[in-house]
Amino acid sequence: MKSKTSLPVSYRLAVTSRVLAAVVGGYLMASLASICLALWLPTSRADAVIVGMMSSFVFYLLAVLWCFACRTAGRAWLGVMAPCVLFATLAGVGWWVARP
Amino acid sequence: MKDGFRQAMAWLHTWVGLIFGWLLFAIFLTGTLSYFKDEITHWMQPEVQVHGVDDARSLAVAQAYLERQAPTAARWFITLPDSRDPGLSVMWQDKVDPGKRGNFIQKVLDPVSGQPVQVRESMGGEFFYRFHFQLQMPHPWGRWLSTFAAMVMFVALITGIITHKKIFKDFFTFRPRKGQRSWLDGHNAVGVLVLPFHLMITYSSLVIFMSMVMPAPIMASYGDDTRAFFSEVFPATDNAPALGQPGKLLPLGPMYAQARQQWAGGHVGRVAVNNPGDVNASVNVFRAGSDSVVHDFGSIVSFNGTTGEQVRVSGEPSLPAVIGGSFYGLHMGHFAGPVLRWLYFICGLAGTAMIGTGLVIWLGKRQLKHVKSGVMPFELKLVEVLNIASMSGLIIAIAAFFWANRLLPVSVAERSAWEVQVFFIAWGLSLLHAMLRRGRQGWVEQLGVGALLFVAVPLLNAITTSEHLGVSLARGDWAMAGFDLTCLGSGMFLAWAAWKMQRRAALPSKAEGVPSLKLKPEAH
Repeated sequence: MKSKTSLPVSYRLAVTSRVLAAVVGGYLMASLASICLALWLPTSRADAVIVGMMSSFVFYLLAVLWCFACRTAGRAWLGVMAPCVLFATLAGVGWWVARP
Repeated sequence: MKDGFRQAMAWLHTWVGLIFGWLLFAIFLTGTLSYFKDEITHWMQPEVQVHGVDDARSLAVAQAYLERQAPTAARWFITLPDSRDPGLSVMWQDKVDPGKRGNFIQKVLDPVSGQPVQVRESMGGEFFYRFHFQLQMPHPWGRWLSTFAAMVMFVALITGIITHKKIFKDFFTFRPRKGQRSWLDGHNAVGVLVLPFHLMITYSSLVIFMSMVMPAPIMASYGDDTRAFFSEVFPATDNAPALGQPGKLLPLGPMYAQARQQWAGGHVGRVAVNNPGDVNASVNVFRAGSDSVVHDFGSIVSFNGTTGEQVRVSGEPSLPAVIGGSFYGLHMGHFAGPVLRWLYFICGLAGTAMIGTGLVIWLGKRQLKHVKSGVMPFELKLVEVLNIASMSGLIIAIAAFFWANRLLPVSVAERSAWEVQVFFIAWGLSLLHAMLRRGRQGWVEQLGVGALLFVAVPLLNAITTSEHLGVSLARGDWAMAGFDLTCLGSGMFLAWAAWKMQRRAALPSKAEGVPSLKLKPEAH
């Protein structure tokens, strides 16, 4: 780690962008993943919700790790938003199927 | 960002660890103390005596008292004495308009005389327990912040494991008296040694508040009717509403006995009575958490209060509910006997030490670069002040809380709130002190004060109460004696730490500076 004062502004902005992708994007991704589990798991409604909530934090963790492991901040957003779209589609289908 | 996966993970570990380290240190230390919540409360309210009274008698006494004092309350709670908490505690909630929460009033009763024990007002161990997840902040912000900190802890643990890949080889490497290198070895050793505990405690804290922090699946499955989820998961909380006609509540004793029969002799934790003066009164008998590792929220037998008829027994929980309940039960450790409880305590201290050593390493590494010039940049000074205040300052604050309990007059208004004030005043003063007396001198002085305060706790107890070590040991009151002895031990440890720091400060930084320059790049 170089001394902080010598870091350029672009680097700091990139780190901020990654942090946002990890915290906000990661939470969104974890929420959507848990919704998918809640709607698609073939157990009782309450159990599916419990499993969804309980495992959501693993999805959150993976999103955070990805956001700091990938090469650029752009990839961080891409890597979080792509699964978001996938989960949102699955959740939408699940919701539509379950509609009375 | 650094190249390479492990470097990136080390970077993440370093920075989330720094930013949340101070808060996590406080959460871990107060949470660790909470494993001895009841014992701390026993020490802080020495007026509550241990009586070998059976539950049926306690229950009758509590019911008679509540019928006299709170016949129109919305709800009664009776918590029976157990081996750890000798108090028979009753609590009731005033009736208020629907939608609002009525005030809770709590009293500790003497199970023999049936009168409230004249006990000093104090939150006791409950303060540490509440602080470790509410952080003395308004509801629900403290719970959100502490759960977010738990998520950061989860990230820090996993990135730490990835960074430190040679876990088992390095585990047997401890190089004492090598400055930075020893701190890092210590950090790794306590991290790896109790790794299962760390993972369990961190993940379970997320699971405990999951319906608060991750409500999306509930909303997706239940729409606007989120209450339906909770009544499906916790069916026993779905009680009959009050009818508004007065009714006569039957004695609780037979319902207690019937519930125990239902659980094949399991223990009763507490009894709740809803609408006690109403014809539609309902009685819920809750199973004690100490009965099993898996905490089962649904383990309740419900009765109609006026007919005594058994309304409902909760069924076997489903597998996901059992998993969730295990997380909860393992985190709380209600089931743990004395040996396991001490193990929990030691693991908690190891976690606290892991966070503390991490903060020390972060600073130590960066200070080395400025040793020659002798001028520290502002951010390093800031981290140093926060390190001192968050670690030794918190220790002083805890000791001050115990001292306030013994020294504040019993008649002071808002006494228990004042004990808490003293805790935060002491913490604030140590922050001020850390700003004025920087570096090792700050550490030595604060650790020294902490050592004095803790070592003197048994003496303080002996002067201000009749429960000194001679009495408590002779009577076999291990909670009281154990508290005194643990404080004495902690004080001696702090004195040793202060002495080590003092000796280091006296020597030039030669001894610690040179070997640490050989730090491997992985050791961020």
